[in-house]
Amino acid sequence: MNIHEYQAKELFKEFGIPVPTGVLVESVEEARKILLDSPLFRGETRPSVWAVKAQIHAGGRGKAGGVKLARNPEEIPGLVSQILGKTLVTHQTGPEGKKVLKVWIEEGSNIAREFYLGVVVDRTTRRMALIASTEGGMEIEEVAQSHPEKIFHLAVDPMEGYSPYIGRRISQFLGLPFSVQSQMVNIVRDLLDFFQKRDASMVEINPLVLTKEDRLIALDAKVGFDDNAVGRQPAVRGLRDLSEENELEIEASKYNLNYVKLDGNIACMVNGAGLAMATMDVIALAGGSPANFLDVGGGASKETVEQAFRIILGDPHVKGIFVNIFGGIVRCERIAGGIIAAAQDVKITIPLVVRLQGTNAKEGREMLRNSGLAIQVAEELYEGAEKIVLAVKGDK
Amino acid sequence: MSILVDRSTRVIVQGITGKEGSYHATACREYGTKVVGGVTPGKGGTIHEGFPVWNSVFDARDAESPDVSLIFVPPAFAADAILESIAADIPLIVCITEGIPVMDMVRVRRVLDSRNEQGDRIRLIGPNCPGIITPDGAKIGIMPGYIHKRGRVGVVSRSGTLTYEAVWQLTQLGLGESTCVGIGGDPVRGLNFIDVLEMFESDPETEAVVMIGEIGGEDEERAAVFAQTKMTKPVVGFIAGLTAPPGRRMGHAGAIVSGGKGTARDKMAFLESHGIRVVDNPSLIGKTVADVLASGKPRRTLLPA
Repeated sequence: MNIHEYQAKELFKEFGIPVPTGVLVESVEEARKILLDSPLFRGETRPSVWAVKAQIHAGGRGKAGGVKLARNPEEIPGLVSQILGKTLVTHQTGPEGKKVLKVWIEEGSNIAREFYLGVVVDRTTRRMALIASTEGGMEIEEVAQSHPEKIFHLAVDPMEGYSPYIGRRISQFLGLPFSVQSQMVNIVRDLLDFFQKRDASMVEINPLVLTKEDRLIALDAKVGFDDNAVGRQPAVRGLRDLSEENELEIEASKYNLNYVKLDGNIACMVNGAGLAMATMDVIALAGGSPANFLDVGGGASKETVEQAFRIILGDPHVKGIFVNIFGGIVRCERIAGGIIAAAQDVKITIPLVVRLQGTNAKEGREMLRNSGLAIQVAEELYEGAEKIVLAVKGDK
Repeated sequence: MSILVDRSTRVIVQGITGKEGSYHATACREYGTKVVGGVTPGKGGTIHEGFPVWNSVFDARDAESPDVSLIFVPPAFAADAILESIAADIPLIVCITEGIPVMDMVRVRRVLDSRNEQGDRIRLIGPNCPGIITPDGAKIGIMPGYIHKRGRVGVVSRSGTLTYEAVWQLTQLGLGESTCVGIGGDPVRGLNFIDVLEMFESDPETEAVVMIGEIGGEDEERAAVFAQTKMTKPVVGFIAGLTAPPGRRMGHAGAIVSGGKGTARDKMAFLESHGIRVVDNPSLIGKTVADVLASGKPRRTLLPA
């Protein structure tokens, strides 16, 4: 689960990690009103520059025009109106882009140097890993490619936990003046504390800046949470922004269906995640293009299949459906019965190919053939994929 | 022979009075597995579906000296269940549970590693896996038993139903399986490809191995290096997720391409360049194994490490 920058910064603040002060607005009106009464924009202590930042769940906002700087408060409403409602297309949004519904306005900083600091669960060492780099503001993957020597990597032993020497090592690697080392030591400690206590899966501060006043501050914040742990993190659960997620994916999650929308036109419905991925691959191998990933789980009951059909058909690009079920614990006749009943209820008008294999598969396939419905039946996976690809091409 | 489990293996089930635990304990027993009882805290002393129930893994161990604990405990309590079995020195722990928080598994794996570093030998299969089966010996998991047939091919996989697909083909072609191990779809888990490949290499009954991987991580790559330098038996590989978009999780918690790493294409190329026969059409896994075995020279010489 991902959250917005402003939410990540609020969480950082709670854990003691320094972030710029800011406010969130959802309309130009709101921005105008806040200008009048927030100390962020009035009085002696107000900053000399402000950053106006689009809040979407994707990186690359700056390049797409989603981040602007204001030199005086009067410019802010104008900048907000430029960003709000705009659809940003970045390397992480896909070609359709993401619409900006929220804007975060924060104090600017006098940047002396920029760094990268992140935490992930490293699958190789099976530990939390701290990643630091002198190349703040750049994509860490790019730095890893071009200048691996500029990245520092340290796995934290869960039995040992955090100790200040870890913060000092990072501080040294980044070449920080000794006078700010204690700030770094605290930031690393608090970041690891946050990561563990809130079950994060990924945290990125890019950039972490050293200001001309010798303060370290998290200028950006990106946080992802472990989906398996969201259930025990009520504070995190409340941060979910449904407007950032695909509607069909939200609908699917209500029925415990694992659905990921893709760009193709052949929908698939499969039991099991590995087989679902393999089914997508086989559709491509047969010359088609998969419209989704969909795992209906082991049972594949009539109700599940019916919901799955409705979700698949909610995607207007879908021109054909390939159902691939390996009947193990649940016998194929029962699955065939469920598919027939669901297909009748949902009234499918596009080509439908069903591949059944496993326990009593012959009987199941016989039921599908005799159902009176326009279902093409397949025995082998590749055979099924070829049939649906051909049917969709012939249907055009 | 086979690996890890056979007809004599004694199994307890943690979470035996739950819906899943109860159903599968019974199904395993019907297959012929020696399920000697189960554990549900608070239900010790009762009999459930003919199985004696204990309050703790320690009690079960003292009564029956099981070789394996099979875990069907909900995700929030599963790490604790695994840790209890580790503490009770159960040599093989098979955790079926899907959805365990990754930081819980980081801790479990650290405890497990430190026990094994001290000279113990405790193995974990899973979590988020179908379990392990030696056909006609022991089924310890949720896989449909009847699709398996005792035979010559070892199977190791990160997936469930995709494994059944491969097994079905091996069975239909009359090759059969020595043992099938589902290592699970989570990023932090117990046994890995390498561990299982090593066991298959020294198992006289296994003549070839099918390795089913997927996007995410680098475990398949490490396994390929191992196969090239340490194995004489042929390995046929399949990698799922060629069409998966980057940054999206494909069902399994571990199935994600992140930062351009762990793509199916890279994995396939890496495996191929390390002497593994890679199949791009999953319908042909069985046939490829048959071809490799029939080619007459399945055994190959090892490359220097």
